[in-house]
Parts: sequence; C-alpha cells; structure tokens
Amino acid sequence: MKQPAASPVGSALRDAGISRREFLGFCATLAAAYALPSSSIQAIAAALEKAPRASVIWLSFQECTGCTESLTRSHNPTIEGLILDQISLDYHHTLQAASGEAAERARDEAMQGAMGKYLLIVDGSVPLGNAGYSTIAGVSNVDMLKEVAKGAAAVIAVGSCAAYGGLPAALPNPTGAVPVSQIVTDKPVVNVPGCPPIPVVITGVLAHFLTFGTLPELDEHGRPKVFYGETIHDRCYRRPFYDQGKFAETFDDEGARRGWCLFKLGCKGPVTYNACATTKWNNGVSFPIQSGHGCLGCSEPGFWDVGPFYKALSMPIGNVKQTVGIATATGLAVGAVTAVANRAKKAAAKAGHAKVGVEDLEKKS
Amino acid sequence: MSASFERGINSFKEVLDAPIASFFSSCVHCGLCAESCLFYTETGDPKYAPIRKLEPLRRTWFQEYTLLGKLAKAVGLSKPVTDAELEEWAPLVYDSCTMCGRCSMVCPVGNDLTYAIRKMREGMAAAGHAPEGLITATSRAITSGSPAGVKWATVQAQIKRMEKQFSMTIPVNQPDVDYLVLMSSWEILNYPEYLGAVGRIFKQAGATWTLSEHAYEATNSGIQIGVSDLARELVGRIVKAAEDLRVKCVISPECGHAYTAIRWEGPNLMGRPFGFEVKHILEVLDELRSAGRIRLKGTIDKPLTYHDPCQISRRGGVYEQPRKFLKALAPNFREMSDTGTMNWCCGGGGGVGANERAEPLKIVAFKRKKSQIEELGVDTMVTACANCRVTIEEALEHYHMDVEMLGLTELVADHLEESAS
Amino acid sequence: MTCLEILTWARGPGLALALAVGVFGVLLRIIEIQALGRKPDFATPRDVTPGSGWRTILSRSLPPPGMMKRAPLTYFGGYVFHIGLAIAVFGFAPHIELIRGLFGIRWPGLPNLVVDLATIAAIAAMVAVLAGRLADPVKRMLSGFGDWLAWALTFAPLVTGYAAFHHMTEDYTLLLAIHILSVDLLLALLPFTKLFHVVSLFVSRWYNGDIAGRKGVAA
Repeated sequence: MKQPAASPVGSALRDAGISRREFLGFCATLAAAYALPSSSIQAIAAALEKAPRASVIWLSFQECTGCTESLTRSHNPTIEGLILDQISLDYHHTLQAASGEAAERARDEAMQGAMGKYLLIVDGSVPLGNAGYSTIAGVSNVDMLKEVAKGAAAVIAVGSCAAYGGLPAALPNPTGAVPVSQIVTDKPVVNVPGCPPIPVVITGVLAHFLTFGTLPELDEHGRPKVFYGETIHDRCYRRPFYDQGKFAETFDDEGARRGWCLFKLGCKGPVTYNACATTKWNNGVSFPIQSGHGCLGCSEPGFWDVGPFYKALSMPIGNVKQTVGIATATGLAVGAVTAVANRAKKAAAKAGHAKVGVEDLEKKS
Repeated sequence: MSASFERGINSFKEVLDAPIASFFSSCVHCGLCAESCLFYTETGDPKYAPIRKLEPLRRTWFQEYTLLGKLAKAVGLSKPVTDAELEEWAPLVYDSCTMCGRCSMVCPVGNDLTYAIRKMREGMAAAGHAPEGLITATSRAITSGSPAGVKWATVQAQIKRMEKQFSMTIPVNQPDVDYLVLMSSWEILNYPEYLGAVGRIFKQAGATWTLSEHAYEATNSGIQIGVSDLARELVGRIVKAAEDLRVKCVISPECGHAYTAIRWEGPNLMGRPFGFEVKHILEVLDELRSAGRIRLKGTIDKPLTYHDPCQISRRGGVYEQPRKFLKALAPNFREMSDTGTMNWCCGGGGGVGANERAEPLKIVAFKRKKSQIEELGVDTMVTACANCRVTIEEALEHYHMDVEMLGLTELVADHLEESAS
Repeated sequence: MTCLEILTWARGPGLALALAVGVFGVLLRIIEIQALGRKPDFATPRDVTPGSGWRTILSRSLPPPGMMKRAPLTYFGGYVFHIGLAIAVFGFAPHIELIRGLFGIRWPGLPNLVVDLATIAAIAAMVAVLAGRLADPVKRMLSGFGDWLAWALTFAPLVTGYAAFHHMTEDYTLLLAIHILSVDLLLALLPFTKLFHVVSLFVSRWYNGDIAGRKGVAA
C-alpha cells in the first residue's frame, strides 16, 4: 500500500498505465466543474503532474464503509480511483494491510512525517454520548479525531455521517453522534456529503487541493460549491415533465414507465444540492431518478429526519390529523362556551329592553 | 323614561343576529357598496359608503359577540362606541340612507346592508339620535293615526269628493269583503284620485272592498325611525281592523315602505302570521287582469318610463306587474338604464322625506334620477309609490324639469274598457 | 437551523399548528355567527323559493348590471386576482399533493406554464388593487391595519411561491421554506382577518339570497 512519498502524481499515473489523453480528459472535467477556461487545462495538468503525493490519513468512525465501497469498488479502475491510489494513503483501517499496533504505528509515523501538511479524511460520525460506543485500538473516536486533526493541513468529511452526523445522528440519535465539523473547529473542514458521496466529487476535492494548494469554495454547509451548487431537480433530465405537469403516480403506472417526473412519489430533487444528475454514477451510467426512484436527498443535512421518503415535498409531514383533531375539539368547545355566553348576553339585552314609546324618542337631559 | 345611550347599545346587542354577524365577518372593504349608493355617487363623499354607516353597530358586534373583539377591547385595540359617535353617525344612518337596498344587491360577498341599517336604527332611535322630523312624524302617527296628522274627517271629505266625481259609493267599515283598502297620507292629501281609481277598478272587477275608519293609514313611521315597538302598534291597528272586518286581503297602497311594513315586517312585528293576505295594489290589479276581471282599452302614445319604487320592486318583488300594464297601455314605454330590481332610488324613501335636515342632500341625490330621465328623453314618468312621486315632483320643480308624474293605478283606471274616458 | 430543517418544520409542525389555529378559528367564528340566531320569518313568502340562498351564493359572483362600468378596477382586478390565485392554488401539482395529503382528494394538475402565467396575473392584479385601494377615497377610508395585513398575508405566498418556482435566489430550499411558512401564517390568521370572507361569504350570500328570495327577488 505504501508508496514512496517523493514520486509525483503524474509519473505515478503513467506507471499505472493511464494515458496522457485520459489524464488530460480528467483535467478538462475538473476545469469544467470549476468553470475555468479551456486554456487552464494545461496548467491544471502541469500542476497535477508536478504535485507531490500528499500524505493522507483516513479515519473511519460510526460508518458503514459504504463511502469507501463507493470509492474503491464501483469505480475500479477509473481514473478517480487511481488518483486516490496515487496519493499516499498512509492509514485507512479498512484498506490497509497492517493491523493492530502496526497499524496504529503507521498512523503515528504518517503524522510525524508530514506534521501540518497531511490531509485528514474522515468518514462516519463521532459519538459523544459515551466514549465506549466507538473506539479504535482503545482510543475513542473523539480523542483520535482531535489528535489527528491537530497536525492536518485540512480535513475532509466524506459522506453524510461525517459531514452532518448522518444515520447515527438520526432521531433519536442514541449515541449522541455529531459531525466532524463540530469537533474540529480550528481547521477548515470540507464536507463531501452523500450516502455515499459521488466518487468524482471526493477525488475532485483532492485534485483541487493538489492542484491549487487550497480548498475549494464552500457553501454554507461546508460543501464545495462546484459540485453542490445546483439542485438535482434543476439538472434532472425529467424536469420537462415536471414543467408540463406530467407525474408518475405510482412506481408501476404508465407515467412511471414513460419516465415522467417522480415528484409525487416523494423525490427530494428540488431541495437536494448535488451533482448526481450531471456526473451520474457507475461511471456515468445512471443515477437514482434515471433508474425510476426519486432522490432521497442523501446529501442534505439531516436527510433521515426531513419527512418520509415517499411523500411529495409539498405534502404535510406533521401529525396533522391529531393536531387538527385537537383544534376541532377546542374550537367546538370554545365556540360552545362563547355561544352560550353570547346568547345569554343577547337574552339579557332582550330582557333589558324597555318598551320605546313616543315619549322616549328624545333625550331628556 | 328618556332615550339614552345605554338603551341604544342595549338595543344594538338585541338586534345583532346571525345574518348581521355574517355580513360584518364577510366585508372585504371593497367599496362597491359606495358605488351602488346614490348618496355616494352623487356627492363623491366617501363617508356615505353604506358599510361605514354601520360602523358603530359593527364595533358593538365585534366587541360584544366575538372572542377576538373582546380581546381587542380588553387591550385597547378596539375603541368602545360612544354617544358622541352615535350622534355623528345619525345623519349617515338616517339622512343618507333610504334603505333602498341597492347596495344589498351589489355587495359581492352578499351583505344585506339594508337589513342591518334597519336594525341599527332601532339602537339609534333608542339612544335618542333619530332626526327631529322623523320623531315628529312618528309621534303624530301614534297619537293621531297619521304621520301627516291626517284625521278620519279628512278622509271622509276625500271619499265624498271621489264619490261625487266618479258617481260611485265608497264602502266604509264593510265586513266580510274581499279587500281592505289602505292609503298613505300623501294619497289622502295630494292624490285622492287613487281612491277613485281603486273604486272604478273594483267596480268593473266586481270585487267587494272597504275602507276602515280605524285603519286607513298604511304608512308606518315606526319602521322608518326604527322603533319596532311603535311599528308594532301601527301595524296592529291595521291587523285589528282587517280581522274585525274579516277581510280576505289587505291592499297596501302606492307607497313603498307601507308595503314593507305590512307585507314583510308586519307578521314579524306581531309575532304571528296573519289570517289574511297582504298585497300591493299592483299585484291585485295584475291578478284581476289575468283573471279577465278587468279589461283595458286605449293607449298612451307619448314616450314614458317607469320608476321602480325600491320597496315595491327591489325589496318587495313587484316589478313584473307594472311592466305588464305599461306594455299593454304604452307602446312607447321605455326602460331606464338601471331598472327593475337595480333601479336608483328617488332619494326620499326610508324616512328621508320626513327628515327636514336631509332636504339638501336629498336634492343632490336626485341628480341620479335626473340624469336617468334626461338620458331617456321622456317627459312622463309613471310610478307606484306616492312618496317617490312627491319626492320626484319636488325635485323636478327644483331642477326646473318639465316631467309629468303619473300613478299607475290611476293610469289603469283611466284605461278601463267601460270607463267613460 | 438549516434551510431544510426550516422547510421540514414549515411542512411538519408548522403546518399542523397553522391548520390547528385555522380550524379552531374557523369553527369558533362560525359558531359565534350562528349562535346569534335569527328570528323566524312569519311573513308568507311570495313564492316557494327553495334554493334562493344557494342560487345567490353562485349568482353573486357576477357583477350586477352597470356595476362593472362603475368600478372596473375593483371587478377586473378582483376577478384576475381570485381566478389567478385559484389556478395557482388548485392547479399546481405540488399544491394538489398537499391537498391530497390533507384530505385525500386529488385531480389532475395544470401545466406549469399556465400556473406561472396565472400567478403573474394574480400578483399584478394584487399590486393594481393595492394601488386602487390607496388611490380610491372610499377604499382608503375603509382601510385599516387589517386590510394591509390581509393583503400582505395573501401576497406573500404568491410572491414567495413564484420566486421559489423560478429559483430567484440561489437557495431554493430556503425559498420553499419561506413560501410554506407564509402559507402557514395565512392559514393560521385567515379566520381572524377579513380573509375569513372565504368562509363567511357563503353564509352572507345565503342569507341575502334567502331574504330577497322570500320576497320574490333574485338577489
């Protein structure tokens, strides 16, 4: 697993059999994502070629390994996967060969060797409820995160768990799970949410860091704007059906077969900022909506707790029936009391009516 | 006892009912009632917007009968109604509203503002804010039997005149007849021809009828001033006479609010349905003609139009009957631009005519009718309400207009087949 | 609180609360009205006129003769606004889903272009009637805080809905959240403002039609 740290990215890629054309193609994708002019492709390529292989430490906390799976398995052997290969992934407890104390030693060495320069990638959330909920080599997640983050140049929170707490933080959040950004507050944290995130987005953020030596511009949720700047809905190929008012009503009706909009089936595309509709998955083959299922909104904060997956966005998600039931009862009760009071008042007015005679028409003061 | 603010507010609380509450709840302040009201259209003064005339009543409802209003009153967001305010409102409620009901036809949310004004006057009168002229008329009606002070002797004199003029006998206090005929003060004083016309028509129709010494006056100042206690007494006189004489039907004369008073409010004032029918004279004429009991001949060829008295057409439902006669008798009968149930009021109904304070305003309001007449270019106008007729004749004089006013009943009588003319 | 959380609150507890307040208010106010009662009418009706009240509920939606000419802005603006709003509220598919979620009834939606044009028309009409309200002496005199509030409560969902639909700012989620919040506010305050006319006008029109119908007049 361990590569000589001096070898730059470019030569490593060529050693791995990536052609110059393929490499430039990746640079072009990157340039387009950042809306840079095509003249910059060469500059990016040159910078990437010369970029020293950065040392990366990958920590996994309360997670399902889906993010790693997404990155390694489904894309092999894509260029994104290889880029990741070519960085110096010094510690990743799922992928590394070492185990036990050797593994932890590798982490120590990587930290000492590139103090202040290494990248820290985290997947999974951090439990604050009880340190025992998740430990690695006897060290609690929060302690390890704090320790490793101390010497990191930047922290990348991969996946919705690391970025927002994700599934572990879903109500009622039994472990007291929190996102990385809540622990690491003195360093830039880039969130790359998604359950799992799109591989090219992860590699793109790395490539950005390698190319420009900086972190990409982030939105208010700490997400790189270039990948999370637009909603799925805006870029969805089914959008014209939404505009025409053509919707699938069930998953097996005529509309579903014709590929109409999935809004009514609960698609969260309109409120989900991600690049699925443009980059797609499995090497550009498809994405959930294309496969006939609405977007779940997995790259949005707290997506588990923002209403049922299969209820249209405009549908009520509270306990309307019960609340309105109580309101109805209250309305009828208060109404009844008011009615009785008003009728009594009116009856009193009637009883207090003194017959008006002609002599009563003028005010005698 | 004396009128007092407290009695007024008590009366407001008493008259507020579900319809009025729904009207106040529905108003969206669109201002269309103003556009339908001749007191606004002819003056351009926004204070005459009909819904605004109800403001003290509305606030009483809001503060007394709604939870929100009770809260608003408690925290000082809704000012209590004051006597000074009622005084300020008196000219709006009495002088600038003839209860013609045009706004009630126009309101897009369906508010029957006229219904509410009628009820509001109960409180205004109880609070002592009824206009002097109406108080005088009402007092006279109660004490002498007629708002104009017409005594039975005066009626008798007119009876004699008509009997002589048309060589007929006018029955008085006859029991078990078909019809009890009533008159308005105006008819007794200004248009006694009405009595002669009715006599001639019933003669041809072979209908039995009578006048009553105890109930000859059809008008009801109690309705106009808004005192149900007095209105009840006035209606009660007619009901008693009709029941004593065991008549089948009481005929309301050519007078708008008299019809409202007897036909629509009467049973409710008495708190029971009547044992006799109440009809407007035009309804009776139409029935007799339909049954072939009266036949018409001849025509009036000059162009003429018909002024719908509000209480008879819009608030009374009698608008087809006069047109049947006019179409038969007047080949040049022309309709005014707004007609039937959407007619414009003469400006003198609903007690405005008896209220001297309203005189200048009434003349201004007449401009609407004036322009309607001018637009049509006729110089004869038929109507079926003596009060409209008096109001219009006075205003025509004021504006130096040469337009002749005719009562429809006389017109019919003049065109009976066996009539001498 | 993230925008998505605001949105979730708006369509979750917020909407439930708004509906609760709205339903409470509507029931209370209907009872308040009806509890005042109405005296029986002893006068024999001219004709047996069943349904005169119901007929007026419909017929009062049309301008009486001559009135359109007298108040063109009020009528024209009123029609465009009400029809435009109805199209936007009941024709837009996501709104129909909301109604389905609440009442279980549904109908086909209209194409977004139609909804969009209706919304623009309704917004324009609202601006026009507001200008009319400020300019017309009668309306200005009749207007108070409640009128401006009712206008704003109605205008806000229209404008925010339009802005959200067209992604007029970067954050669609926030716009959608604000839109739904504005609807929540509208629902909650509807019974306590003149917007209650959407309920009570049926009652008023019925009474008006009934009162006139008994006298043989089609009001």
